[in-house]
Amino acid sequence: MYDTIIIGGGMSGLAAGIRLALFDQRVCILERHYTIGGLNSFYRMGGRDYDVGLHAMTNFSRKGTKRGPLAKLIRQLRFKWEDFPLAEQIGSSIRFPGIQLDFGNDIELLQDEIAREFPGSIDGFQRLCASLLDYDDLDGDDSRFTRSARAVLDELIPDPLLREMLLCPLMWYGNAREDDMDFGQFCIMFRACYLEGFARPFKGVRLILKNLVRKFRGLGGELKLRSGVARIHVDNGHAVGVVLDDGTEIAGKRILSSAGTVETLRLCDDITEVDVARAGRLSFIESISILDTQPQQIGFDRTIVFYNDSETFHWRMPEDSLCDARTGVICSPNNYRYTAGDGVLPDGVIRITTLANHDRWCGLPDPKYRAEKVAQYEAAVHSAVRFMPDFRRHTIDTDIFTPKTIRRFTWHDNGAVYGAPDKQLDGTTHLDNLFLCGTDQGFVGIVGAILSGISMANRHCLATDG
Amino acid sequence: MSPAEIRDEIIDILGDIAPDENLDELVDEVSFRDQLELDSMDFLDIVMELRKRHRVQIPEEDYGNLASMQSTVTYLEPKMRDIVKA
Repeated sequence: MYDTIIIGGGMSGLAAGIRLALFDQRVCILERHYTIGGLNSFYRMGGRDYDVGLHAMTNFSRKGTKRGPLAKLIRQLRFKWEDFPLAEQIGSSIRFPGIQLDFGNDIELLQDEIAREFPGSIDGFQRLCASLLDYDDLDGDDSRFTRSARAVLDELIPDPLLREMLLCPLMWYGNAREDDMDFGQFCIMFRACYLEGFARPFKGVRLILKNLVRKFRGLGGELKLRSGVARIHVDNGHAVGVVLDDGTEIAGKRILSSAGTVETLRLCDDITEVDVARAGRLSFIESISILDTQPQQIGFDRTIVFYNDSETFHWRMPEDSLCDARTGVICSPNNYRYTAGDGVLPDGVIRITTLANHDRWCGLPDPKYRAEKVAQYEAAVHSAVRFMPDFRRHTIDTDIFTPKTIRRFTWHDNGAVYGAPDKQLDGTTHLDNLFLCGTDQGFVGIVGAILSGISMANRHCLATDG
Repeated sequence: MSPAEIRDEIIDILGDIAPDENLDELVDEVSFRDQLELDSMDFLDIVMELRKRHRVQIPEEDYGNLASMQSTVTYLEPKMRDIVKA
Protein backbone atom coordinates (compact mmCIF):
# COMPACT_ATOMS: atom_id res chain seq x y z
CA MET A 1 0.00 0.00 0.00
CA TYR A 2 1.51 3.30 -1.11
CA ASP A 3 0.88 6.55 0.75
CA THR A 4 0.64 8.31 -2.62
CA ILE A 5 0.50 7.04 -6.20
CA ILE A 6 1.56 9.64 -8.77
CA ILE A 7 0.37 9.31 -12.35
CA GLY A 8 2.92 10.67 -14.82
CA GLY A 9 6.71 11.00 -14.67
CA GLY A 10 6.98 14.51 -16.07
CA MET A 11 8.31 17.58 -14.29
CA SER A 12 5.32 17.96 -11.96
CA GLY A 13 5.05 14.27 -11.01
CA LEU A 14 8.77 14.02 -10.27
CA ALA A 15 8.72 17.20 -8.17
CA ALA A 16 5.70 16.00 -6.19
CA GLY A 17 7.39 12.65 -5.69
CA ILE A 18 10.49 14.31 -4.24
CA ARG A 19 8.42 16.31 -1.76
CA LEU A 20 6.61 13.22 -0.52
CA ALA A 21 9.68 10.99 -0.38
CA LEU A 22 11.50 13.74 1.49
CA PHE A 23 9.05 13.24 4.35
CA ASP A 24 9.19 9.46 4.29
CA GLN A 25 6.04 8.69 2.36
CA ARG A 26 5.93 5.47 0.35
CA VAL A 27 5.46 6.92 -3.08
CA CYS A 28 5.37 5.47 -6.57
CA ILE A 29 5.42 7.33 -9.89
CA LEU A 30 3.76 5.50 -12.78
CA GLU A 31 4.82 6.54 -16.28
CA ARG A 32 3.23 5.05 -19.38
CA HIS A 33 6.14 5.89 -21.67
CA TYR A 34 9.53 4.19 -21.66
CA THR A 35 11.19 7.40 -20.55
CA ILE A 36 10.55 10.27 -18.15
CA GLY A 37 9.83 13.91 -18.86
CA GLY A 38 6.49 13.84 -20.65
CA LEU A 39 6.51 16.86 -22.91
CA ASN A 40 9.96 17.90 -21.74
CA SER A 41 12.20 15.08 -22.80
CA PHE A 42 15.28 14.28 -24.81
CA TYR A 43 16.60 11.64 -27.15
CA ARG A 44 19.67 10.69 -29.11
CA MET A 45 19.55 10.05 -32.82
CA GLY A 46 22.32 9.75 -35.42
CA GLY A 47 24.92 10.52 -32.75
CA ARG A 48 23.27 13.80 -31.76
CA ASP A 49 21.43 14.91 -28.61
CA TYR A 50 18.00 16.44 -29.11
CA ASP A 51 15.77 18.23 -26.61
CA VAL A 52 11.98 18.14 -26.82
CA GLY A 53 9.96 20.86 -25.16
CA LEU A 54 12.61 23.06 -23.65
CA HIS A 55 13.42 26.20 -25.66
CA ALA A 56 14.38 28.10 -22.58
CA MET A 57 13.73 27.92 -18.91
CA THR A 58 11.62 30.93 -18.05
CA ASN A 59 11.55 32.47 -14.54
CA PHE A 60 15.31 33.02 -14.49
CA SER A 61 16.80 34.48 -11.34
CA ARG A 62 20.42 34.79 -10.34
CA LYS A 63 22.05 32.52 -7.81
CA GLY A 64 21.19 33.40 -4.23
CA THR A 65 17.95 35.25 -5.00
CA LYS A 66 15.51 34.62 -2.16
CA ARG A 67 12.22 35.30 -3.86
CA GLY A 68 10.58 34.05 -7.02
CA PRO A 69 9.63 30.67 -8.44
CA LEU A 70 13.14 29.37 -9.16
CA ALA A 71 14.37 30.11 -5.62
CA LYS A 72 11.25 28.47 -4.23
CA LEU A 73 11.69 25.24 -6.15
CA ILE A 74 15.36 24.98 -5.23
CA ARG A 75 14.47 25.39 -1.56
CA GLN A 76 11.50 23.09 -1.57
CA LEU A 77 13.29 20.26 -3.35
CA ARG A 78 16.50 20.70 -1.30
CA PHE A 79 18.64 21.43 -4.32
CA LYS A 80 21.58 23.78 -4.45
CA TRP A 81 21.84 26.61 -6.98
CA GLU A 82 24.89 24.76 -8.32
CA ASP A 83 22.62 21.84 -9.31
CA PHE A 84 21.07 24.06 -11.98
CA PRO A 85 23.93 25.86 -13.70
CA LEU A 86 21.95 28.17 -15.98
CA ALA A 87 23.37 30.24 -18.82
CA GLU A 88 21.42 33.42 -19.49
CA GLN A 89 20.01 34.23 -22.88
CA ILE A 90 21.91 36.55 -25.23
CA GLY A 91 18.66 38.29 -26.10
CA SER A 92 15.29 37.66 -27.67
CA SER A 93 13.04 39.53 -30.04
CA ILE A 94 9.39 40.03 -31.00
CA ARG A 95 9.20 40.54 -34.76
CA PHE A 96 6.18 41.73 -36.72
CA PRO A 97 6.27 43.13 -40.30
CA GLY A 98 8.66 46.08 -40.36
CA ILE A 99 9.09 46.31 -36.59
CA GLN A 100 10.88 44.51 -33.82
CA LEU A 101 11.15 44.78 -30.05
CA ASP A 102 14.18 43.21 -28.39
CA PHE A 103 14.09 42.02 -24.81
CA GLY A 104 16.41 40.30 -22.37
CA ASN A 105 16.60 39.37 -18.70
CA ASP A 106 16.44 43.01 -17.64
CA ILE A 107 13.11 44.75 -18.22
CA GLU A 108 14.86 48.05 -19.00
CA LEU A 109 15.75 46.87 -22.50
CA LEU A 110 12.11 46.23 -23.37
CA GLN A 111 11.08 49.56 -21.81
CA ASP A 112 13.65 51.38 -23.95
CA GLU A 113 12.50 49.55 -27.06
CA ILE A 114 8.86 50.44 -26.39
CA ALA A 115 9.74 54.07 -25.64
CA ARG A 116 11.50 54.26 -29.02
CA GLU A 117 8.93 52.44 -31.18
CA PHE A 118 5.74 53.32 -29.31
CA PRO A 119 6.36 56.58 -27.43
CA GLY A 120 2.62 57.11 -26.96
CA SER A 121 2.29 53.82 -25.09
CA ILE A 122 5.30 53.83 -22.76
CA ASP A 123 3.36 55.35 -19.85
CA GLY A 124 0.67 52.74 -20.29
CA PHE A 125 3.30 50.01 -20.33
CA GLN A 126 4.68 51.29 -17.02
CA ARG A 127 1.18 51.28 -15.56
CA LEU A 128 0.71 47.72 -16.80
CA CYS A 129 3.92 46.66 -15.05
CA ALA A 130 2.69 48.28 -11.84
CA SER A 131 -0.71 46.59 -12.00
CA LEU A 132 0.48 43.02 -12.49
CA LEU A 133 -0.80 40.53 -9.94
CA ASP A 134 1.87 39.21 -7.62
CA TYR A 135 2.57 35.48 -7.41
CA ASP A 136 0.95 35.49 -3.98
CA ASP A 137 -2.32 36.63 -5.58
CA LEU A 138 -2.33 33.85 -8.12
CA ASP A 139 -4.16 31.09 -6.30
CA GLY A 140 -7.24 31.97 -8.35
CA ASP A 141 -9.15 33.74 -5.57
CA ASP A 142 -8.46 37.23 -6.90
CA SER A 143 -11.37 38.34 -9.08
CA ARG A 144 -8.93 39.93 -11.54
CA PHE A 145 -7.44 36.51 -12.29
CA THR A 146 -10.16 35.57 -14.77
CA ARG A 147 -10.45 38.99 -16.41
CA SER A 148 -9.68 39.19 -20.11
CA ALA A 149 -6.02 40.14 -20.61
CA ARG A 150 -7.01 41.82 -23.87
CA ALA A 151 -9.52 44.00 -22.01
CA VAL A 152 -6.86 45.06 -19.50
CA LEU A 153 -4.41 45.84 -22.32
CA ASP A 154 -7.08 47.82 -24.20
CA GLU A 155 -7.46 50.06 -21.14
CA LEU A 156 -3.75 50.64 -20.61
CA ILE A 157 -1.93 50.43 -23.95
CA PRO A 158 -3.21 52.86 -26.62
CA ASP A 159 -1.36 51.31 -29.58
CA PRO A 160 -3.07 48.14 -30.87
CA LEU A 161 0.12 46.84 -32.54
CA LEU A 162 2.02 46.97 -29.23
CA ARG A 163 -0.78 45.05 -27.55
CA GLU A 164 -0.47 42.29 -30.14
CA MET A 165 3.32 42.26 -29.90
CA LEU A 166 3.30 41.97 -26.09
CA LEU A 167 0.79 39.13 -26.17
CA CYS A 168 2.63 37.09 -28.80
CA PRO A 169 5.46 35.62 -26.64
CA LEU A 170 3.24 35.23 -23.59
CA MET A 171 0.60 33.26 -25.44
CA TRP A 172 3.24 31.16 -27.18
CA TYR A 173 4.90 30.23 -23.92
CA GLY A 174 1.89 29.41 -21.84
CA ASN A 175 -1.66 30.16 -22.93
CA ALA A 176 -4.08 27.26 -23.26
CA ARG A 177 -6.98 29.52 -24.24
CA GLU A 178 -7.55 30.56 -27.85
CA ASP A 179 -7.61 34.25 -28.87
CA ASP A 180 -7.51 35.72 -25.36
CA MET A 181 -5.79 34.98 -22.07
CA ASP A 182 -6.86 35.07 -18.42
CA PHE A 183 -5.26 38.15 -16.84
CA GLY A 184 -3.87 35.94 -14.05
CA GLN A 185 -2.15 33.71 -16.59
CA PHE A 186 -0.97 36.83 -18.44
CA CYS A 187 0.67 38.09 -15.22
CA ILE A 188 2.34 34.72 -14.58
CA MET A 189 3.76 34.67 -18.10
CA PHE A 190 4.68 38.39 -18.08
CA ARG A 191 6.76 37.86 -14.95
CA ALA A 192 8.21 34.58 -16.24
CA CYS A 193 9.26 35.97 -19.64
CA TYR A 194 9.75 39.74 -19.39
CA LEU A 195 10.59 40.41 -15.73
CA GLU A 196 12.55 37.22 -14.90
CA GLY A 197 13.66 36.02 -18.30
CA PHE A 198 15.22 33.08 -20.11
CA ALA A 199 18.11 30.77 -19.35
CA ARG A 200 19.21 27.25 -20.23
CA PRO A 201 21.53 24.65 -18.76
CA PHE A 202 24.35 23.85 -21.20
CA LYS A 203 23.34 20.20 -21.11
CA GLY A 204 19.69 21.02 -21.76
CA VAL A 205 16.58 19.46 -20.30
CA ARG A 206 18.33 16.17 -19.53
CA LEU A 207 20.25 17.85 -16.72
CA ILE A 208 17.03 18.96 -15.02
CA LEU A 209 15.34 15.58 -15.43
CA LYS A 210 18.38 13.66 -14.25
CA ASN A 211 18.62 15.86 -11.14
CA LEU A 212 14.97 15.26 -10.34
CA VAL A 213 15.12 11.49 -10.84
CA ARG A 214 18.35 11.09 -8.90
CA LYS A 215 16.93 13.04 -5.99
CA PHE A 216 13.64 11.10 -6.06
CA ARG A 217 15.30 7.69 -6.15
CA GLY A 218 17.89 8.73 -3.58
CA LEU A 219 15.06 9.42 -1.15
CA GLY A 220 13.60 5.95 -1.70
CA GLY A 221 10.95 6.85 -4.27
CA GLU A 222 9.88 4.26 -6.82
CA LEU A 223 9.59 5.09 -10.50
CA LYS A 224 7.93 2.56 -12.79
CA LEU A 225 8.31 3.16 -16.54
CA ARG A 226 6.14 1.43 -19.19
CA SER A 227 3.44 1.43 -16.52
CA GLY A 228 0.41 3.16 -18.00
CA VAL A 229 -2.61 3.53 -15.74
CA ALA A 230 -5.67 1.98 -17.38
CA ARG A 231 -8.13 2.68 -14.56
CA ILE A 232 -8.45 4.40 -11.23
CA HIS A 233 -10.38 2.02 -9.01
CA VAL A 234 -13.12 3.85 -7.09
CA ASP A 235 -15.01 2.42 -4.14
CA ASN A 236 -17.74 4.38 -2.42
CA GLY A 237 -16.61 7.82 -3.58
CA HIS A 238 -13.02 7.08 -2.69
CA ALA A 239 -10.06 6.15 -4.90
CA VAL A 240 -8.52 2.93 -3.63
CA GLY A 241 -5.84 2.28 -6.23
CA VAL A 242 -5.01 1.93 -9.90
CA VAL A 243 -5.02 -0.82 -12.48
CA LEU A 244 -2.17 -0.76 -14.97
CA ASP A 245 -2.45 -1.52 -18.69
CA ASP A 246 -1.12 -5.04 -18.03
CA GLY A 247 -3.73 -5.70 -15.33
CA THR A 248 -1.48 -5.19 -12.30
CA GLU A 249 -3.35 -3.64 -9.38
CA ILE A 250 -1.62 -1.13 -7.11
CA ALA A 251 -3.24 0.15 -3.92
CA GLY A 252 -2.71 3.65 -2.57
CA LYS A 253 -4.09 5.92 0.14
CA ARG A 254 -4.31 8.78 -2.34
CA ILE A 255 -3.58 9.54 -5.99
CA LEU A 256 -2.00 12.61 -7.54
CA SER A 257 -2.45 12.74 -11.31
CA SER A 258 -0.63 14.83 -13.89
CA ALA A 259 -2.56 13.19 -16.73
CA GLY A 260 -4.86 16.20 -17.18
CA THR A 261 -8.37 16.89 -15.90
CA VAL A 262 -10.42 15.16 -18.58
CA GLU A 263 -7.86 12.40 -18.99
CA THR A 264 -7.86 11.66 -15.25
CA LEU A 265 -11.65 11.66 -14.90
CA ARG A 266 -11.88 9.27 -17.82
CA LEU A 267 -9.71 6.79 -15.87
CA CYS A 268 -12.06 6.76 -12.88
CA ASP A 269 -14.32 3.73 -12.99
CA ASP A 270 -17.23 5.60 -11.41
CA ILE A 271 -17.42 7.97 -14.39
CA THR A 272 -18.94 6.83 -17.66
CA GLU A 273 -18.74 10.01 -19.71
CA VAL A 274 -16.45 13.00 -19.57
CA ASP A 275 -16.95 16.39 -21.13
CA VAL A 276 -14.18 16.29 -23.73
CA ALA A 277 -14.93 19.86 -24.75
CA ARG A 278 -13.08 20.91 -21.58
CA ALA A 279 -9.76 19.64 -22.95
CA GLY A 280 -7.38 22.11 -24.56
CA ARG A 281 -6.70 21.94 -28.28
CA LEU A 282 -3.67 24.08 -28.97
CA SER A 283 -0.89 21.91 -30.31
CA PHE A 284 2.28 22.45 -32.29
CA ILE A 285 4.69 21.04 -34.78
CA GLU A 286 8.31 21.67 -34.04
CA SER A 287 11.29 21.17 -36.29
CA ILE A 288 14.92 20.92 -35.38
CA SER A 289 17.43 21.90 -38.05
CA ILE A 290 21.06 20.95 -37.50
CA LEU A 291 23.41 23.42 -39.22
CA ASP A 292 26.96 22.99 -40.47
CA THR A 293 27.85 26.21 -38.65
CA GLN A 294 26.98 28.13 -35.48
CA PRO A 295 23.92 30.38 -35.98
CA GLN A 296 25.97 33.47 -35.08
CA GLN A 297 28.25 32.76 -38.06
CA ILE A 298 25.30 33.41 -40.36
CA GLY A 299 24.27 36.53 -38.49
CA PHE A 300 21.68 35.10 -36.10
CA ASP A 301 22.42 35.84 -32.46
CA ARG A 302 18.91 35.84 -30.97
CA THR A 303 18.00 33.29 -28.32
CA ILE A 304 14.28 33.28 -29.13
CA VAL A 305 12.37 35.12 -31.86
CA PHE A 306 8.58 35.29 -31.67
CA TYR A 307 7.26 36.27 -35.10
CA ASN A 308 3.91 37.09 -36.60
CA ASP A 309 3.45 38.09 -40.23
CA SER A 310 0.64 40.62 -39.88
CA GLU A 311 -0.42 43.32 -37.44
CA THR A 312 -2.95 40.95 -35.85
CA PHE A 313 -1.74 38.01 -33.81
CA HIS A 314 -3.87 34.90 -34.38
CA TRP A 315 -3.71 32.43 -31.49
CA ARG A 316 -6.03 29.66 -32.62
CA MET A 317 -5.86 26.06 -33.62
CA PRO A 318 -5.91 25.95 -37.46
CA GLU A 319 -9.30 24.44 -38.36
CA ASP A 320 -8.85 23.76 -42.05
CA SER A 321 -5.17 22.99 -42.38
CA LEU A 322 -2.47 20.89 -40.74
CA CYS A 323 -0.50 23.93 -39.61
CA ASP A 324 -0.66 27.69 -39.35
CA ALA A 325 2.80 29.15 -40.02
CA ARG A 326 1.71 32.80 -39.91
CA THR A 327 3.13 32.97 -36.42
CA GLY A 328 5.90 30.94 -34.87
CA VAL A 329 8.82 30.71 -32.48
CA ILE A 330 12.45 30.41 -33.56
CA CYS A 331 14.89 29.22 -30.94
CA SER A 332 18.60 28.61 -31.00
CA PRO A 333 20.08 26.76 -28.01
CA ASN A 334 23.48 28.02 -29.19
CA ASN A 335 22.59 31.59 -28.34
CA TYR A 336 23.03 31.55 -24.57
CA ARG A 337 25.91 33.00 -22.58
CA TYR A 338 27.64 29.72 -21.74
CA THR A 339 30.75 29.84 -19.59
CA ALA A 340 34.22 29.15 -20.96
CA GLY A 341 34.08 25.89 -19.02
CA ASP A 342 30.95 24.86 -20.91
CA GLY A 343 32.44 25.60 -24.33
CA VAL A 344 30.12 25.66 -27.32
CA LEU A 345 27.39 23.22 -28.33
CA PRO A 346 28.75 20.74 -30.89
CA ASP A 347 26.19 21.64 -33.56
CA GLY A 348 24.39 24.75 -34.70
CA VAL A 349 20.69 24.26 -34.00
CA ILE A 350 17.59 26.15 -35.12
CA ARG A 351 14.23 25.05 -33.74
CA ILE A 352 10.99 26.38 -35.21
CA THR A 353 7.54 25.89 -33.71
CA THR A 354 4.21 26.58 -35.40
CA LEU A 355 0.54 25.96 -34.55
CA ALA A 356 -0.95 22.66 -35.68
CA ASN A 357 -4.20 20.70 -35.78
CA HIS A 358 -4.00 17.43 -33.81
CA ASP A 359 -6.95 15.63 -35.42
CA ARG A 360 -5.77 16.36 -38.95
CA TRP A 361 -2.26 15.10 -38.21
CA CYS A 362 -3.56 11.96 -36.51
CA GLY A 363 -5.94 11.27 -39.38
CA LEU A 364 -3.17 11.05 -41.98
CA PRO A 365 -2.34 7.57 -43.29
CA ASP A 366 1.30 6.70 -42.68
CA PRO A 367 3.00 7.52 -46.01
CA LYS A 368 1.07 10.78 -46.20
CA TYR A 369 2.01 11.59 -42.58
CA ARG A 370 5.70 11.27 -43.39
CA ALA A 371 5.36 13.33 -46.57
CA GLU A 372 3.47 16.06 -44.72
CA LYS A 373 6.16 16.24 -42.04
CA VAL A 374 8.61 17.22 -44.78
CA ALA A 375 6.18 19.59 -46.53
CA GLN A 376 5.11 21.35 -43.32
CA TYR A 377 8.73 21.61 -42.20
CA GLU A 378 9.56 23.42 -45.41
CA ALA A 379 6.55 25.71 -45.04
CA ALA A 380 7.48 26.61 -41.45
CA VAL A 381 11.09 27.38 -42.37
CA HIS A 382 9.95 29.35 -45.42
CA SER A 383 7.78 31.47 -43.12
CA ALA A 384 10.43 31.88 -40.42
CA VAL A 385 13.27 33.04 -42.67
CA ARG A 386 11.32 36.23 -43.33
CA PHE A 387 12.26 37.13 -39.75
CA MET A 388 15.84 35.78 -39.53
CA PRO A 389 18.79 35.05 -41.82
CA ASP A 390 18.06 32.28 -44.34
CA PHE A 391 19.90 29.27 -42.94
CA ARG A 392 18.55 26.66 -45.36
CA ARG A 393 21.73 25.95 -47.32
CA HIS A 394 23.54 25.18 -44.02
CA THR A 395 21.08 22.48 -42.94
CA ILE A 396 22.67 19.03 -42.62
CA ASP A 397 20.02 17.16 -40.63
CA THR A 398 16.44 17.67 -39.49
CA ASP A 399 13.87 16.11 -37.20
CA ILE A 400 10.22 17.05 -36.78
CA PHE A 401 7.66 16.26 -34.15
CA THR A 402 3.93 16.73 -34.56
CA PRO A 403 0.80 16.77 -32.35
CA LYS A 404 0.76 12.99 -32.84
CA THR A 405 4.19 12.78 -31.24
CA ILE A 406 3.14 15.06 -28.40
CA ARG A 407 0.06 12.94 -27.77
CA ARG A 408 2.23 9.80 -27.64
CA PHE A 409 4.60 11.34 -25.09
CA THR A 410 2.06 13.13 -22.90
CA TRP A 411 -1.17 11.19 -23.40
CA HIS A 412 -2.95 14.55 -23.28
CA ASP A 413 -6.11 14.82 -25.38
CA ASN A 414 -5.50 16.65 -28.67
CA GLY A 415 -1.76 16.77 -27.97
CA ALA A 416 -2.63 19.94 -26.04
CA VAL A 417 0.69 21.40 -24.98
CA TYR A 418 -0.63 23.78 -22.33
CA GLY A 419 -3.58 21.65 -21.27
CA ALA A 420 -7.14 22.81 -20.70
CA PRO A 421 -8.09 26.50 -20.87
CA ASP A 422 -9.91 26.29 -17.53
CA LYS A 423 -7.41 25.35 -14.85
CA GLN A 424 -8.31 23.53 -11.66
CA LEU A 425 -6.17 25.75 -9.46
CA ASP A 426 -6.97 24.00 -6.17
CA GLY A 427 -6.21 20.59 -7.71
CA THR A 428 -9.34 18.92 -6.35
CA THR A 429 -11.59 16.42 -8.16
CA HIS A 430 -14.95 14.73 -7.42
CA LEU A 431 -13.08 12.24 -5.19
CA ASP A 432 -11.73 13.26 -1.79
CA ASN A 433 -8.36 11.55 -2.29
CA LEU A 434 -7.71 12.10 -6.00
CA PHE A 435 -5.89 15.30 -6.91
CA LEU A 436 -4.47 16.97 -10.00
CA CYS A 437 -1.06 18.46 -10.65
CA GLY A 438 0.75 19.62 -13.76
CA THR A 439 -0.49 21.48 -16.77
CA ASP A 440 -4.23 21.33 -16.00
CA GLN A 441 -3.77 22.43 -12.39
CA GLY A 442 -1.99 25.69 -12.95
CA PHE A 443 1.41 26.94 -13.92
CA VAL A 444 3.00 25.78 -17.17
CA GLY A 445 6.57 25.67 -18.40
CA ILE A 446 9.34 23.77 -16.67
CA VAL A 447 9.55 25.88 -13.53
CA GLY A 448 5.76 26.19 -13.40
CA ALA A 449 5.21 22.45 -13.74
CA ILE A 450 7.71 21.71 -10.98
CA LEU A 451 6.01 24.25 -8.70
CA SER A 452 2.62 22.72 -9.47
CA GLY A 453 3.87 19.33 -8.30
CA ILE A 454 5.37 20.87 -5.16
CA SER A 455 2.31 22.88 -4.18
CA MET A 456 -0.20 20.10 -4.78
CA ALA A 457 1.95 17.60 -2.87
CA ASN A 458 2.20 20.06 0.02
CA ARG A 459 -1.47 20.92 0.09
CA HIS A 460 -3.12 17.56 -0.46
CA CYS A 461 -0.59 14.89 0.41
CA LEU A 462 1.59 16.30 3.20
CA ALA A 463 -0.31 18.84 5.26
CA THR A 464 -3.23 16.43 5.71
CA ASP A 465 -1.24 13.22 6.24
CA GLY A 466 -1.44 13.00 10.04
CA MET B 1 15.13 18.65 25.25
CA SER B 2 15.89 21.93 26.94
CA PRO B 3 14.79 25.20 25.34
CA ALA B 4 18.40 25.73 24.18
CA GLU B 5 18.45 22.29 22.54
CA ILE B 6 15.12 22.94 20.86
CA ARG B 7 16.54 26.18 19.52
CA ASP B 8 19.56 24.31 18.11
CA GLU B 9 17.24 21.82 16.46
CA ILE B 10 15.20 24.59 14.81
CA ILE B 11 18.41 26.22 13.58
CA ASP B 12 19.40 22.89 12.06
CA ILE B 13 16.03 22.59 10.32
CA LEU B 14 16.23 26.17 9.01
CA GLY B 15 19.70 25.36 7.69
CA ASP B 16 18.17 22.57 5.61
CA ILE B 17 15.32 24.73 4.34
CA ALA B 18 17.34 27.85 3.63
CA PRO B 19 20.99 26.81 3.22
CA ASP B 20 22.07 30.20 1.92
CA GLU B 21 21.04 32.08 5.06
CA ASN B 22 23.45 33.15 7.78
CA LEU B 23 21.59 31.87 10.82
CA ASP B 24 24.21 33.07 13.32
CA GLU B 25 22.65 36.50 13.16
CA LEU B 26 19.08 35.35 13.66
CA VAL B 27 17.21 37.55 16.15
CA ASP B 28 14.90 35.35 18.22
CA GLU B 29 12.23 37.98 18.77
CA VAL B 30 11.85 38.97 15.10
CA SER B 31 9.63 36.88 12.79
CA PHE B 32 11.20 34.31 10.47
CA ARG B 33 9.14 35.78 7.66
CA ASP B 34 10.80 39.19 7.97
CA GLN B 35 14.33 37.93 8.51
CA LEU B 36 14.48 34.95 6.17
CA GLU B 37 11.62 35.66 3.76
CA LEU B 38 10.07 32.33 4.69
CA ASP B 39 6.65 31.74 3.17
CA SER B 40 3.85 29.28 3.93
CA MET B 41 5.63 26.50 2.02
CA ASP B 42 8.68 26.94 4.24
CA PHE B 43 6.61 26.88 7.42
CA LEU B 44 5.09 23.61 6.30
CA ASP B 45 8.65 22.30 6.04
CA ILE B 46 9.41 23.21 9.66
CA VAL B 47 6.30 21.30 10.71
CA MET B 48 7.15 18.32 8.49
CA GLU B 49 10.75 18.18 9.65
CA LEU B 50 9.68 18.18 13.33
CA ARG B 51 7.27 15.36 12.59
CA LYS B 52 9.90 13.40 10.67
CA ARG B 53 12.69 13.86 13.19
CA HIS B 54 10.84 13.77 16.51
CA ARG B 55 7.28 12.58 15.80
CA VAL B 56 6.06 15.96 17.06
CA GLN B 57 2.58 16.66 15.69
CA ILE B 58 1.61 20.28 15.12
CA PRO B 59 -2.01 20.85 14.12
CA GLU B 60 -2.61 23.39 11.38
CA GLU B 61 -4.39 25.81 13.72
CA ASP B 62 -1.17 26.06 15.77
CA TYR B 63 1.09 27.10 12.85
CA GLY B 64 0.89 30.72 14.02
CA ASN B 65 3.03 29.78 17.02
CA LEU B 66 5.96 29.24 14.67
CA ALA B 67 6.25 32.90 13.71
CA SER B 68 9.57 33.63 15.42
CA MET B 69 12.28 31.59 17.13
CA GLN B 70 11.12 32.79 20.53
CA SER B 71 7.47 31.82 19.99
CA THR B 72 8.48 28.52 18.40
CA VAL B 73 10.65 27.45 21.34
CA THR B 74 7.96 28.49 23.83
CA TYR B 75 5.35 26.51 21.91
CA LEU B 76 7.50 23.39 21.46
CA GLU B 77 8.95 23.24 24.96
CA PRO B 78 6.08 21.20 26.52
CA LYS B 79 5.85 19.00 23.40
CA MET B 80 9.57 18.22 23.27
CA ARG B 81 10.47 18.24 26.96
CA ASP B 82 10.61 14.44 27.15
CA ILE B 83 12.54 13.93 23.93
CA VAL B 84 16.16 12.99 24.50
CA LYS B 85 18.55 14.81 22.22
CA ALA B 86 20.28 12.33 19.95
